[in-house]
Amino acid sequence: MISSIASTASVQARSSLGMDRASRSGIWVGIFAITMSFVAFTSALFVRQGTTDWGHLILPSVLYVNTVVLLFSSATFEISRRTLFTGQMIQPGTARRGIGWLMLTLVLGLAFCLGQYLAWQNLRAQGIYLATNPNSSFFYVLTSIHVLHLLAGIVALVRLIGCLIASHATFRRSLFDNTAIYWHFLGVLWVYLLLLCRLKL
Amino acid sequence: MGEGSVQQAHVHAPPEGFIRKYVFSLDHKVIGKQYFALALVAVFTGMILSWLMRIHMVWPNTKFPGLELLSKVGAPGGIMTPEYYLSLLTMHGTLMVFFVLTNAPFAAFGNYFLPIQIGAEDMAFPRFNMMSFWTTFLAWFVLMLAFVIPDGPPIAGWTEYAPLSAVGKDAGPGMAWGASLWGLSIAIFCIASLLGALNFIATTLDLRAKGMTLMRMPICTWAWFITSCIALLAFAVLLPACILLILDRHAGTSFFIPGGLVISDRLQPHSGGSPLLWQHLFWFFGHPEVYIAILPSIGIVSHILINSMRKPLLSSKVIIYSMMSIGFLSYMVWGHHMFLSGMNPMSALAFSFPTLTITIPATVMTLIWLGSLYGANIQINSASLFALGFISMFVAGGVSGFFLAQPAIDIYLHATYFVVGHFHMVMGVASLFGVFAATYFWFPKMTGRFMNEGLGKLHFWITFVGTYCIFMPFHYLGLIGNVRRYQSFVDDYMAPYIPLHKFITISALITGAAQLIFLYNLIYSRFKGKLAPDNPWNATSLEWSIPSPPPWNNFGGKHPVVYHDPYQYGVKGSKGDFVMQDSPEQVIVSGD
Repeated sequence: MISSIASTASVQARSSLGMDRASRSGIWVGIFAITMSFVAFTSALFVRQGTTDWGHLILPSVLYVNTVVLLFSSATFEISRRTLFTGQMIQPGTARRGIGWLMLTLVLGLAFCLGQYLAWQNLRAQGIYLATNPNSSFFYVLTSIHVLHLLAGIVALVRLIGCLIASHATFRRSLFDNTAIYWHFLGVLWVYLLLLCRLKL
Repeated sequence: MGEGSVQQAHVHAPPEGFIRKYVFSLDHKVIGKQYFALALVAVFTGMILSWLMRIHMVWPNTKFPGLELLSKVGAPGGIMTPEYYLSLLTMHGTLMVFFVLTNAPFAAFGNYFLPIQIGAEDMAFPRFNMMSFWTTFLAWFVLMLAFVIPDGPPIAGWTEYAPLSAVGKDAGPGMAWGASLWGLSIAIFCIASLLGALNFIATTLDLRAKGMTLMRMPICTWAWFITSCIALLAFAVLLPACILLILDRHAGTSFFIPGGLVISDRLQPHSGGSPLLWQHLFWFFGHPEVYIAILPSIGIVSHILINSMRKPLLSSKVIIYSMMSIGFLSYMVWGHHMFLSGMNPMSALAFSFPTLTITIPATVMTLIWLGSLYGANIQINSASLFALGFISMFVAGGVSGFFLAQPAIDIYLHATYFVVGHFHMVMGVASLFGVFAATYFWFPKMTGRFMNEGLGKLHFWITFVGTYCIFMPFHYLGLIGNVRRYQSFVDDYMAPYIPLHKFITISALITGAAQLIFLYNLIYSRFKGKLAPDNPWNATSLEWSIPSPPPWNNFGGKHPVVYHDPYQYGVKGSKGDFVMQDSPEQVIVSGD
C-alpha cells in the first residue's frame, strides 16, 4: 500500500515536472518564433530604406515615457516573484503582496498600450498616417504588432492573477515564470524596436 | 542526452460526447486524422483543378459542363478563359503546397504518431493542438471562398509575386478580393503552422518516456522534429510578408509596389516599394517549405524500409544528420529561385554553392537506402512499394536539381516545364509517395484493420508508371523551351509537341483516376477490411506495443520504459527476428 502511494506520488511529481519543462520549452520556442518574425520585419526595413522615397520620422516623445513604463513593469513583475517565492509554500500574506505587485504590473502594461495609442494620435495630428511614407508605415506596423503581442501578455497576466487569487496554495510556479519570461522579452523587444525606429526611421 | 525526459500523466480527461470526441477533440490522434481528412479533400480538389487545366491546355475550347456555375466570368458557357486557367493554377499550387504537402506528411502523421513513438500520452499542449487544426481549417475555408466570390480566385500563382499581387483589381480578374482572401488564408495558415511547430518541438524535447533518449527516437520522429524546427523559422517569416502584402493591398502602403508603375493603363498610387523584397521574404519561407514537405516522407520511408528489410539501415544516424544538414542549408539557398529576377552574379554564385551542397546530404541518404537495400530480402507490400517508389521519385526528380542550381543553366530552364517536372517529382509526388506508404503502413494501427493489398498494389503501379508518364516529358519539354504558366500552346513552333502534351494529359487523367482506388480502399477497409493484430508488421517502435486503434491515452495509463534503439531487427528475440523498444530483453547485435 505504502509503495503504491509512493509510486503514485512519484508519477504525479514526474507528470508535473514534464508539464513544467514542456511549458518552459514552449515559451522559449514561441519567443524564438516572434523574434524571427521581427527579424523579417527588420530585414524588410533595411531593404526598403534603400529606395528614393525614404525620409525621416521624428518619434513622438511619449515613446520614451512608455519605455520607462514598460521597463518598470518588468521590475514590478520581478518584485512580485521575489515576494511570492521566498519559501516552499506561498503564505496568504505574501500572496496578497505578490498579487498587488502583479496588479501594478498589469496597470503599467495597460498604461504602455495607452501610451502607444497616444503616440499614434500624436503622429496622426501631424498628418502622418500609415501610408504617408515608408517610414511611417514601418513605425505603425512595428509598434502595433508589438502592442498585439503585449495584449497577449496582458491576457496571460490576468490569467496568472486569477489563478493566484483562486488558490495560491496549489499555484504552479512555472506558470508565473513563463509569463514573466514572456513579459521581460516584450520589454527587451520594445527597447530594440525603439532603437531601430530611432536610428533608421 | 541522458536517460530521456520525464513524461506526463494524461493531460486531459477522457473525451465525452460527439463534439469533444470527433470535432473539437484534444486527442492528438483525432487531430491527426482531421489533418489527414483535410489534406484528402485538398488533394482531390487540387487534382481536379489540374485535370481541368490539362484538358484546357490541349483542347482549349473544351466545354466543361457545370464549370460556368463555379464562375460565370471565368468559364462563360463552360469554356475556360485564359485568366481562369491562371486562377486554377494558383489554387492548385496553393492547395497542394500548403494544405496537402505540409498537412499530410507532417501535421497529420506527425500528430498521430510522434507522441506515441516517444511514449507520451498526448502533445504537450493539447488545446494549442486543437486550435492549430481548426485555424488550418479556417485558412482552407477562407481560401476556398475565393471560388465563390464574384471576383474569383487570384491569377498570380501560388507565389503571389508582387507587384501584381499587391495592386488590386487592376492586375486582372481575381486580383481584387480573390488575392486578398489568398493573403488572409496564408497568414492564418502561418499562425496555425507556428502553433503546430511549437507543440511538436516542446513535445519531443520534454515528453519522452523514460529511456527514450534523442538517439533512440525513430527516424520519422526525428524527421517530424527537424521539420518543426524548419517550419518555425519559415512560417515566422512568411507571416510578416503576408501582413505587409495585405497592407499594400488595403491600407495604401508601398512595401512591395514601386513608384511610377502603370498597370491596366492606370498609374498606381504608390512609390518606392520593392517587388524583390516580396520575393526574398517569400522564398526565405518557400525553399525551406520544400523540405517541410519532403523531410517527413524521408523519415517515414526510412522507417518503413527498415521494417520491410528486417534489418537496420547502414546508418540511421547518418540519415538523421543528413536531415539536419538539409534543414540548416535550406535557409541559405532561397536566392536560387531568383536567378532570373535581376541578381548580381556574385550573389547568384553565393546561392548556387549551398544549393549544390544540399545535394551532398541528399545523395548520402540515397546511397544509404540503396546500400541497405542491396542484398536485402525485402517484404513487398503496398507500403514498401510506395517507399521504394519514393526513392525512385526522389532520385529522378532530384537529379534535375543539379542543373537548376547553376545560374547559367537555370537562366535558360527557369521559366520552362523543366522546373515544373523537377519540383512536381521531387517535392510533390515523392512526398505523396511517403504519405501513401505511411497510410498503408499505419492504417492497421489507426483502425485495427488492414487495407486491401491487391488494390494497394494496383494503386501503386498505376500511380508509379503514370507519374513518370506525366512528369518525365515535362523535363524534355523544358529543354526544348516550352514555357510554363501558359494556358495553351497554339503557336506553330509548339505544334510538334501538342501530341506529347496530349499524352501527358491522358496520363494525368488515368493517374488521377487511380487515386479513386486509394480512396475506395481507404473507406472500404475502414469498415470491412481484414482485422489486424496489434503488431501486424512485427515492428519495433512503441506505437506497435499498444492496442489498435490506440486508447485515448495511448498507453492505458501506463508509462512505457524504453530499453533499445528503434531498429532492433535481425536479432534473435523471444518474438522472432526483432526486439521491441520497450522490451527488457538483452540484445546482442546492435543496429547502428
